[in-house]
Amino acid sequence: MYIIIAGGGKVGYSLARELQGGDNELLVIERDGERAAELGERLEGAALRGDACEASVLEGAGVRRADLVAAVTGDDEDNLVVCEIARHHGVARVLARVNDPRNALLFGKRGIETTVSATDAILAQIEQELPVVAVVPVMHLHEGLELVEVRLPETSPAVGRTPRELLLPPESLVALIVDSGGVPRIPAPDTTLTVGDALVVVTRAESRAMLGEALIGGAHGFDT
Amino acid sequence: MGCGRTGAAIAERLDREGHRVTVIDRDASRFGRLDGGFGGRLAAGNGMDMEALERAGVREADAFIAVTQGDNRNFFASQLAREVYGVARVICRVKDPQRGEIFGRLGIDTYSPTSAGADAMIAMLAGEAPA
Repeated sequence: MYIIIAGGGKVGYSLARELQGGDNELLVIERDGERAAELGERLEGAALRGDACEASVLEGAGVRRADLVAAVTGDDEDNLVVCEIARHHGVARVLARVNDPRNALLFGKRGIETTVSATDAILAQIEQELPVVAVVPVMHLHEGLELVEVRLPETSPAVGRTPRELLLPPESLVALIVDSGGVPRIPAPDTTLTVGDALVVVTRAESRAMLGEALIGGAHGFDT
Repeated sequence: MGCGRTGAAIAERLDREGHRVTVIDRDASRFGRLDGGFGGRLAAGNGMDMEALERAGVREADAFIAVTQGDNRNFFASQLAREVYGVARVICRVKDPQRGEIFGRLGIDTYSPTSAGADAMIAMLAGEAPA
């Protein structure tokens, strides 16, 4: 599989390192010259300096034969543009990192798969054969609260229930449900959870294990 | 969206023509560009932020024009206006002509000052009357 990653920051680099090797061919496009050179050294040359929002840069990167373009810069507008241009060039699968979770709505309307920024979650989405059984921390909020993402496996005790019926730890709230098609929804009282739903949950850092139990089930859930 | 020279000129003219105009810019000091007679609303905020757009009244808007310095910011905000808020007329300035062409195919009316300027100057060179 030929994968182009737009954005060589922390997320782009760890994504590249995880995906490099095997049958994957990989290229990271990074705007900053110094950072691109550094990535080139660390990724066996698989880095290109350029602005992935420029059609000519993507064309130079061979976007037409790419199987997947993942736009993971820190700017949602740039990620949207990269995905739209890649799709224009016929790339079958485009994936965007969403830095502001509210923007998932627009990406969903444009039919672009999204993920809420954590590398593990992006990886899991790319390598769908590997089920994620993890509570993935996405963002630290204030005073011990954090935002985590959990994808519901087949064994999840939450499947078939509504968010209200879940036995969540104290001070936890399901903020967003992204279905397996990448469409985000604000949970409603009658929303039934299904396998493959990614739940974005506000919780306390110390409640991660309990949350894993409620959403993943068994003891495996804590194995982050 | 975007109170630069172009944004201010568009806002002033549409205001004079009797339209209800709101100018949104994340840097409120740029509102100083508007002449004293401007009768529209000023909304300080980031036009890529849905809450800021809503405060600016995007839900009631018939048209949305994005003229910040950033092509991608203009496109992103235009897509929000169109896809999320259903604004009927959306016009987006895109300096990069290649990007503009792709955005245009996605149903956004784009204007490229780069192409337009090049065309006008080539026409002048050929001795044609300026547009």
